[in-house]
Amino acid sequence: MIRSAKDFWSGLIYICLGSSAMIIARDYSMGTAVRMGPAYFPTLLGGLLIFIGTISVIRSFVVTATTIGAFAFKGIFLVIGATLLFGAIVRGAGLIVALPLLVIISAYASVHFRWRTTLIMAAGLVTFCVFVFVKGLGIPLPIIGAWLGG
Amino acid sequence: MELLDNLLLGLQTALTLSNLFYCFLGVFLGTAIGVLPGLGPTATIAMLLPVTFVLPPVTALIMLAGIYYGSQYGGSTTSILVNLPGEAASVVTTLDGYQMAKQGRAGAALAASAIGSFFAGTVATLLIAAFGPPLAAVALQFGPAEFFSLMVLGLVASVVLAQGSLLHAIGIVVLGLLLGLIGTDVNSGTQRFTFGMYELADGIGFVTVAMGMFGLGEIIRNLENEAGRSVMLTKIAGLWPTREEFKRMVAPILRGTVIGSALGILPGSGSILGSFAAYSIEKKISKHRDEFGKGAIEGVAAPEAANNAGAQTSFIPLLTLGIPSNPVSALMVGAMIVHGIQPGPSVINEQPALFWGMIVSMWIGNLFLVVLNYPLIGMWVRMIMIPYHLLFPGILVFCAIGVFSLKNATFDIYLMALFGIVGYVFSKLGAEPAPMLLAFILGPLMEEYLRRAMLLSRGDPMVFLRRPISATLLALAALAMLSVLLPSFSKTREEAFKE
Repeated sequence: MIRSAKDFWSGLIYICLGSSAMIIARDYSMGTAVRMGPAYFPTLLGGLLIFIGTISVIRSFVVTATTIGAFAFKGIFLVIGATLLFGAIVRGAGLIVALPLLVIISAYASVHFRWRTTLIMAAGLVTFCVFVFVKGLGIPLPIIGAWLGG
Repeated sequence: MELLDNLLLGLQTALTLSNLFYCFLGVFLGTAIGVLPGLGPTATIAMLLPVTFVLPPVTALIMLAGIYYGSQYGGSTTSILVNLPGEAASVVTTLDGYQMAKQGRAGAALAASAIGSFFAGTVATLLIAAFGPPLAAVALQFGPAEFFSLMVLGLVASVVLAQGSLLHAIGIVVLGLLLGLIGTDVNSGTQRFTFGMYELADGIGFVTVAMGMFGLGEIIRNLENEAGRSVMLTKIAGLWPTREEFKRMVAPILRGTVIGSALGILPGSGSILGSFAAYSIEKKISKHRDEFGKGAIEGVAAPEAANNAGAQTSFIPLLTLGIPSNPVSALMVGAMIVHGIQPGPSVINEQPALFWGMIVSMWIGNLFLVVLNYPLIGMWVRMIMIPYHLLFPGILVFCAIGVFSLKNATFDIYLMALFGIVGYVFSKLGAEPAPMLLAFILGPLMEEYLRRAMLLSRGDPMVFLRRPISATLLALAALAMLSVLLPSFSKTREEAFKE
């Protein structure tokens, strides 16, 4: 019976990541303790991580119950999704499209979402970013992207 | 009189018009962003870091240091006025600071915090100036074994001070070390854990990790309990403390400064430990013990002084040993490396103008803080009132464009998004992300020192115990770890975080 969900799942994550590190590191040369190869330290750390993960999983059957609160899927989906979308289209469509989308989609994650304030906010941020970041600091992002003939 | 000469050199560097301007700008922006709800010093610095890359190294570091103090001070302001600590070190300030604000004594609390911080900052600056060079001289004797052990101590300290379960803190540190190894191995040229992606050949940028975990991760977490979040602001009447309050402040500020300075030097602790220690000591020895938790000015003055002293003296290990002691100084190390400066004991001798200029500008930055605080308090208050839902899309925009500007690569935007999820998931699982960032920066350094130490000792791991300094550092690390396992200490640790 798993009594502590937090311990169980983080332990499992540690074990997975530790073993993948060790498995991937097998492609690199191990070297010796005197002349450590690129695989030496990662293998050491991977082993340590598996060890910690194992203790954590064992502990999850023993210690008093802790539960993981509900995940905010709406927040994750909208905030991360908006960021990924921004990265995908900013070069092609330009800031003038990508930035308002980032603002609107992420703002929708809030329970206080209103169209009016969000649009004003988007307009303000586009103006600010164009003048400060692109014109001022010279960050090479297109204002109007190639897809729109910019 | 060498000290005076050095400080004079520092003054010459710090007092140039452009350095003064960027110091002021840093303090101003830091405070402004620090008072915004949901943004701590780490996220603030990560967000503004790309902006400083266009500046010359000294100016950039001066500005970053300014941002750091500013955001920390901004965090104290929100602790007092709206009971929202911006970061762990100002958690204690909420206890009595917010109570004072509720009684209409917010002005006095803010003044106690400002005066305490300024005094502590001045003392700590002098301490850095006095002890920095001799410590760096000692550090020049350090071999790879000593450096390795010192980093172990630093990581252990950050684990011990992290919130939540000890086991998870260790796990997340090991994970951070592993993530730091992604990229090309300097010794063999082997590409490790890059999955064939050329974008990963240089490794993952620390700013990308910091923005993802502290910026995006924090946004998702804040959105979770958005409904329950309401900002109740109290009236600020009378900015100056009374004569009586002044008198009650003096001793706690002195004690806080001493405690904070001493604890700030320890690698891994920074300012958190100092502010907790200073508060609990005042609570024990104060004449007004019964007022603690109900608005005692000592309960604001002492931790705020300790907090700032610790923030400053934590630059001692950074500047003399090149070892960051908390996420913020880890970001500073990253910034120094970007500017082509390898932080370490040689900085003082090779770049005296940078070292002393930065120290003097720290003091100037503290002066700016006091000066800024009074005329602008009305503006800060209005900024605190900005509701979070109008704020976070802007934070997201700044993070996305900032992270892009590092290498002009959209790949970093995707990576930041990934670390946003990682940061959120781990915080859900009860592991604080701060130690991970520290480990992430230290990972490649630790590997390098481990390799060199083992090469010199011909593969004998006992070298770490045979060299006295290294053995002492490891013993300290073991002691710190054991102390957590002792029931009495782990109880106080839990209580300290609960308060």
